[in-house]
Amino acid sequence: MEHTPPQFFHRGPAPIARLTFFALLSVFLMVLDARFRYAEPLRQVLAIVAYPLQQIATAPFTAVARSREFFSTQSALREQNAALRTQKLRDAEDLLKLEALRAENDSLRRLLAAKEQVPGEAIFAEIVYAGRDPFSRKVIIDRGAQHGVQTGQPVVDASGVLGQVTRVQPLLAEVTLIIDKDHAIPVQVVRNGLRGVAYGSGDGSTLELRHMASNAEVEAGDLLVTSGLDGQYPRGLPVAKIAKIERDSAYAFAKILGQPVAGTTQNQQVLVLAAEASAPTWSADPDRTKKGARTKRSARKGD
Amino acid sequence: MAANPQHILLPVKVGFMTASIVAALAFNLLPWQDVRGVPDLLALVLTFWCVHQPRRMGIGIAWLLGLVMDTANGALFGQHALAYAALAYAAQGLHRRILSFPPWPQALHVLILLLASQLVMLAVRMLAGGTFPGMTFFVGSVISAALWPLVTFVLLAPQRRPLEVDETRPI
Repeated sequence: MEHTPPQFFHRGPAPIARLTFFALLSVFLMVLDARFRYAEPLRQVLAIVAYPLQQIATAPFTAVARSREFFSTQSALREQNAALRTQKLRDAEDLLKLEALRAENDSLRRLLAAKEQVPGEAIFAEIVYAGRDPFSRKVIIDRGAQHGVQTGQPVVDASGVLGQVTRVQPLLAEVTLIIDKDHAIPVQVVRNGLRGVAYGSGDGSTLELRHMASNAEVEAGDLLVTSGLDGQYPRGLPVAKIAKIERDSAYAFAKILGQPVAGTTQNQQVLVLAAEASAPTWSADPDRTKKGARTKRSARKGD
Repeated sequence: MAANPQHILLPVKVGFMTASIVAALAFNLLPWQDVRGVPDLLALVLTFWCVHQPRRMGIGIAWLLGLVMDTANGALFGQHALAYAALAYAAQGLHRRILSFPPWPQALHVLILLLASQLVMLAVRMLAGGTFPGMTFFVGSVISAALWPLVTFVLLAPQRRPLEVDETRPI
């Protein structure tokens, strides 16, 4: 006769069987996420679960920042107000010129039958927190799919390019910073128009201008702006200042490091720009993913 | 508890377990601004409950919490889940051994478990083409393990009853 253990001792499958099951499931999810990005729906559900907790966790910090604003003295406010007024006057002159230039540019473009650059709606957002993942450089902003944010949109702050939206949750969005190792951005030296591609250098705070000949016309202090060649970033946005150049004749390329001009502090305001009309967008359509997986992955990274 | 054999603990409340896990998750979701070496409190609390309540806390729950962490951090989907599942498995397997030690040697065991789970994460990310984030990556585990006696004290507090010293009792 066969003996079965009483119900009291029943504890389900063996631990090693459970571990194997969940480990395989994890590996499956990781492959889906890294290679095909099919895990998004599940991620979105979990994002909604985590959202209230994230709000609670960040609320005290936001409150402190807000209260500091509230208690700022009147004299400080007046000073700031005066400074802003002068700034506005100074900017007004440029703005007037800009209007004229834009009109002129439009007519010239029409003459050239070039594609018109459509200035889209920009979305105003705030950085909620920097991602805790030590392997990548990301920040989370407080605008998501509900507010019309899409993957691929460039994100800028008052001083320059911050990065690119790489994943959209219903109420939040992840922005991969330009200093992320997997991020590439086409740039141009303002001084002489030299073009190149800047990658995140991997040390978490600088950009590297790769594949530039060791005698390339770049100097420390040069400003890099987006060249707009990728159809993702609009052209002319400040990206980085060249901080260090190592020219070694033993190597074909110079090692050029740049310091990004945009900052990433908490509660900082950022602007999510509309993606350029020509940019290829990523779609969840499985047929297209199979055919064009390669192009879409590179489009996502912005190179 | 081997250290205090005269303590007989009350049964654990599932509500308290849930609350402690939610609190640890909230701690992990605080806006850590580029601070490296922040202890992963969720991993620590998971280990604690796997060691003390292996029948209530298990690999499945750890895996799900790992997925939540991946979503909130924007990490590779499944990275924390795999690490936490392995951590829960090891903690459950070792729970009798760990509980037979006093608090500080327990913390050493926990340190090894946490480092192993971080190694799993590191291996996964290196395979996926990441860069090594530096040795500061492991500092969080050391701090976590140092917090183990404190966490034990706090999380077992609701289960302790006041010692009633009865002088007239024969035993």
